[in-house]
Amino acid sequence: MTDISHASDVFTAGADALAEARRHQRIQQRRARISAILRYAILFGVGLVMLYPLIWLVGASLKTNAEIFANPGFIPREPTTEGYVQGWETSTPYTFGRFFWNSFLIILPKTIGTAISCTMVAYGFARFDFPLKKLLFTSVIAILLLPNVVTRIPQYILFRELGWLDSFLPLWVPSAMAGDAFFVFMLVQFLRAIPDDMEQAARVDGCNSWQTLLFVVVPMLAPALISVCLFQFMWTMNDFLGPLIYISSVDKYPVSLALKLSIDTTEAFEWNRILAMSVLTITPALAVFFMAQKYFIEGISAGGIKG
Amino acid sequence: MARLQLRNLEKVYGGAFKAVHGINLDVEEGEFMVLVGPSGCAKSTTLRMIAGLEEITAGEIRIGDRIVNTLEPGKRGIAMVFQNYALYPHMKVRTNLAFGLRIGGASKAEAAKAVEEVAKILEIEPLLDRLPKQLSGGQAQRVALGRALIKKPDVFLFDEPLSNLDAKLRASMRVRITDLHKRLKREGMASTVVYVTHDQTEAMTMGDRICVMKDGHIMQVATPKELYEQPANLFVAGFIGSPEMNVIEGHVDGSDFRTGGQVIPLGEALTSRLSARPERAALGIRPQHLALATGINGALSAQLRGVEFMGHEVYLHALLDGREVTTVASAAEFERMDRSLDTIRLLPEAANMHIFDRDSGRNVSLRAQG
Repeated sequence: MTDISHASDVFTAGADALAEARRHQRIQQRRARISAILRYAILFGVGLVMLYPLIWLVGASLKTNAEIFANPGFIPREPTTEGYVQGWETSTPYTFGRFFWNSFLIILPKTIGTAISCTMVAYGFARFDFPLKKLLFTSVIAILLLPNVVTRIPQYILFRELGWLDSFLPLWVPSAMAGDAFFVFMLVQFLRAIPDDMEQAARVDGCNSWQTLLFVVVPMLAPALISVCLFQFMWTMNDFLGPLIYISSVDKYPVSLALKLSIDTTEAFEWNRILAMSVLTITPALAVFFMAQKYFIEGISAGGIKG
Repeated sequence: MARLQLRNLEKVYGGAFKAVHGINLDVEEGEFMVLVGPSGCAKSTTLRMIAGLEEITAGEIRIGDRIVNTLEPGKRGIAMVFQNYALYPHMKVRTNLAFGLRIGGASKAEAAKAVEEVAKILEIEPLLDRLPKQLSGGQAQRVALGRALIKKPDVFLFDEPLSNLDAKLRASMRVRITDLHKRLKREGMASTVVYVTHDQTEAMTMGDRICVMKDGHIMQVATPKELYEQPANLFVAGFIGSPEMNVIEGHVDGSDFRTGGQVIPLGEALTSRLSARPERAALGIRPQHLALATGINGALSAQLRGVEFMGHEVYLHALLDGREVTTVASAAEFERMDRSLDTIRLLPEAANMHIFDRDSGRNVSLRAQG
């Protein structure tokens, strides 16, 4: 008898413990769920705050000019593409397409020039010993730390003397001569991480330095080079100051200047046109960014510094 | 033809550190020369100087009848196999093989034909359309070998080519490379080889001759057999052979060698060929030649310290006058041994003893050559 009652005690105690454990597990699960909901709510909230201007921009570009100031929400009451149509026409003799073409004419040679020149310079620094190498590399790093503004005036005077004002040359040439220290530094870091055995094998195979660079180093450097091109594309697309200083004829304006133009020339700002063109202006950069996120991150981590 | 000669070859790094101390080495046409030595002995530096990947500070490198000191690697008539294969990662095996020829100006068709030939020899035909990252270590090594072979160079240079492979694969690649060398030689193709390794098994099994190096100096150049039987100095004696040669310190007294309280008779033959009688001497004898003795006469007594069972044989480690010595016994011999005693008796074979000068390290008991 006693044994049996004892056993039932044990059984009850066991059941209690089990119920207790389950209850405990339920509480933990609930806590985890609440914490996750809270976390995502905060992330979503902060994300929304940061993205709101962009979302608003897209919304407002589809509003009428009157509604932009009347309606703080981003969903237009009467969506219209009027802003796009009129904005595209611009107040100049040219359409916005012309400005996109100008931007492209600046970006393409500049990006190609950057890729070629920075690769050559980085290869030199990473793989060869030459007199004053240390000093020269230090100056590359120093330039990296130098604010761009400092060189604007001497550069302007130089390009004026050369008669290059109001042409794309001042925008292309510095980059085509490895003027972007950041890219040189990034590629040097990337190259240092690649063992040089393959290059030695290439030398034994009869390659000279240029052939080694072209056939062996560049293919291995491809991920970093893609990053370089992407960064250069983004930065040039968004560059306002460079074209503002050097380009004075409207027919050579890139989109960044053209946007400003619509603000300058109209007395009553047609905000919806400006916003519509802003949306178009950021579209290529956004598209490229989303397509090539992987390479941006690779470039940043390979360079070992923030972009 | 393609004989390789090094004359007073020197390498100084940064004007201060002398890595290679004026070495002289002749590698005959078709010879398989192995450079061996511990790490830091400058064997790889020497090889890289021959290849032209490292500048030489002084001296002369001659391949065939050309002095190649300042020639670019690609113009020296050499091909090199690297330790980590160094295949071009973005090219297929086929392109990797053809690359050297194409750079050298061969037409596409010529290169393709050469690739087929080499692929057949090395049995890598199924791999031709793969990328290097899709190859196993052994396959990659064969491709690297192919890349050297396809150029039909005067001199092949190997820089520790097998050290990234596992033991089994290494053994089979060893045979493959030696066979390939023999085949090239038989077919009358240029087949002079300089092969760098730190592994003495590779050196002993592959080399026609071996060049033992230490700290940028050549210690001895000889055939594997001669190196084993007639080491020129204490370093070579210790480096070649496993387990290591026993070195017992003492001095030569008449026809005996005295160490501590014990006497080892050297025998007539050895005593008569001593070129010097150094004050501070060392007696070298390989474990295989230090027999376990049952009797007392002429035997040395040593305290047994440890036993290593290797399967077919047993290594016995003992202390002889405070110095560790090793002997090898067969498994059967070990079975018969009275293991209750901690003193063993050792009988050195007089015919296989060497006397070294402890100060210079020189072997003073070398047999006359020939």
